[in-house]
Amino acid sequence: MPLPPTIDCDLHNEVPSKESLYPYLPDYWLDYCRESAFTGPDAADYPATIPTSARPGATAIPALSEIQEKALNGAEIGILNCAYRVQSVRNEELAGALATAVNRWQIEHWLEKEPRLRASIVVPSQNPALAAAEIERWGDHPGFIQVILPVRSEAPYGNRRYDPIFEAAVRHNLVVGINFGGAAGNPPTPSGWPSLYIEEYAGMAQIFQSQATSLVMEGAFDRYPELRVAFIEGGFTWLPSLMWRMDKEWKGLRHNTPWVKRAPSLYWREHLRLTIQPVDGPANATHLGQIVEQIDSDEMLLYGSDYPHLHDSESALFATLPVPLEQKIRSENARAFYRL
Amino acid sequence: MAVATAPSALLDRPSSIDVAVIDTDIHITFPSPDVLTNYLAPEWREHHRTFGMRGHQGSHYPRAMPNAARHDSWPAAGGPPGSNLGFVQEQLLDGWNIEYGILNPLVGVGEQRNLAYGAALARAVNEWQLHDWVEPEARLRASVVVPWEDGELAAAEIDHWGGHSAFVQALLIIRTKEPLGRRKYWKMYEAAERNNLPIGIHFGGAGGGPITGAGWPSHYIEDHGGMPQAFQAQVISLIYEGVFERFPGLQIVLIEGGFAWIPPMLWRMDAAWRKLGAETPYLKRPPSEVFREHFWVSTQPMEEPLQREYFRQLLDQLAMDDRLLFATDYPHWDFDAPDQAFPIALDPVRKRNFMAENARRLYGLP
Repeated sequence: MPLPPTIDCDLHNEVPSKESLYPYLPDYWLDYCRESAFTGPDAADYPATIPTSARPGATAIPALSEIQEKALNGAEIGILNCAYRVQSVRNEELAGALATAVNRWQIEHWLEKEPRLRASIVVPSQNPALAAAEIERWGDHPGFIQVILPVRSEAPYGNRRYDPIFEAAVRHNLVVGINFGGAAGNPPTPSGWPSLYIEEYAGMAQIFQSQATSLVMEGAFDRYPELRVAFIEGGFTWLPSLMWRMDKEWKGLRHNTPWVKRAPSLYWREHLRLTIQPVDGPANATHLGQIVEQIDSDEMLLYGSDYPHLHDSESALFATLPVPLEQKIRSENARAFYRL
Repeated sequence: MAVATAPSALLDRPSSIDVAVIDTDIHITFPSPDVLTNYLAPEWREHHRTFGMRGHQGSHYPRAMPNAARHDSWPAAGGPPGSNLGFVQEQLLDGWNIEYGILNPLVGVGEQRNLAYGAALARAVNEWQLHDWVEPEARLRASVVVPWEDGELAAAEIDHWGGHSAFVQALLIIRTKEPLGRRKYWKMYEAAERNNLPIGIHFGGAGGGPITGAGWPSHYIEDHGGMPQAFQAQVISLIYEGVFERFPGLQIVLIEGGFAWIPPMLWRMDAAWRKLGAETPYLKRPPSEVFREHFWVSTQPMEEPLQREYFRQLLDQLAMDDRLLFATDYPHWDFDAPDQAFPIALDPVRKRNFMAENARRLYGLP
């Protein structure tokens, strides 16, 4: 029996250049972008020349037609995760203007041209008040179903400074997506700046782990019981180990965080979802099956191709799963979580 | 400070462990500040008294209890937990019939921003371990505390103690200023290899930056529970930056980092290497292979799945039965008792190896 069409929770629509945003910028910032040395956000989390940035036959900054041909083929719905890192722009007013421009660009060039697409609101999360205003601006647009944040932030997202973002997202029935990358100025490891791109790339999983911990321990899910968070392109095989560790930590130290009423793994199973790419699977397929079983939830994994980025095939994952679970991952988990 | 001096409830329960036990993580400290001062080279004593230790202020999260210690580990004779040899003998070594114990003093030496002062402190701490602990107690071995942020000073300290049978490894903490694969640390690895000493990297510390790759969290539980991410970052750095290609004899011991994160991290590292290996042309083998040849891992604190079967799956995925090392972390609050540490019943071979024989081989103990 053929599988039903997928809901692909991770497609990239990247802004080709700052000039693409000129039609959407107010006069002052248009002049600034033309006259100053500003060339765009300084994140370099996906340099176009690096092998993981584009799979064979794909371009690192794909046009709509390429997404339609190569990524939406067989998809019922595709969710765009634009990684234009306004969060790395120190001038917060400029970051806000750029975010608004990116979101207008997404509506005109993507949402209005392809009905299968949904998009994520880009926000200047380094200034949560401005970010909340941006969510207000687009929150009722039917094409936007998510607010997108880079996993690398100035503070872990459970910190109360980010409450305005979560408050606005919940009010507008939006998921908060946290995706690979960003450049907040802090080093990407707990021990400073590494030398190589591959270290940042492999190490991004640890930052997802830190964010998962923070969202629970700093009380974000208690303050916003309706909050839904999707981890996008962060891998998922690490999740069981984090559950075991943090459940044990909570058992020993929960008197220091009395607002956390349940084991962290229970919060994650309720509030958190993870896209499947990168699968980061072992050579031994049995072990991958064990990991999916250890997550102990049929609801948590979402299909995401992460087009155009290069990853190992997801076929190894699906080969280990019973067909009903595969169908949930391919579409039904996302339909329920994003309320599509 | 309220201290419990009654015999521990743990001591009242007979140990049911039926194999030899080597404890690879015991923490000791000074009974009083004067002890350190007296071991310090005379020319540094005035500096020590006047300016004192200065690390990375603003980096610390108050532990949930004083000294992060078990309430019953405060010696009746006074002084902080882990400062009284007699009480460590009674409560830990005799109480649990420990055959050998490895000392890992966490006294802030390597975090000193004044590197020469840090080197002087390291020498004093090492002299103190030798004379006050290992010489009077044949079951104990020491770790060479080093000023790790300066490769040459760290190498000199390792060379100083390298031939001494009291010292079985060099000791760093996991929160260094830079990732440990970077070249500024290589002279230290060269010295460790030259002296045939493993490098132990222990939980904790502060290198100046935040504990997460996303800035500073708010709570101790995020710092304590966040250490596995720090361990992962260091493994990633050491392997990808080519340390083991340059120092093929180097052995690393990860202490108090847990280990359930290792299999998924190695899968991810292998997958990244297959795609991005052009950046690391010296790395000819999958990172997982390098890891299993160069790393040893202490067991405490052990991740504990509710479904015990998952722990068995974890051991199979890890495939490092010959490199897991039992540790109690005495006298800290998250102490693992030798007879209760593992959430599953281990088969006799695994039990012997984890509890003592792997450590005996690693540290060359009789």
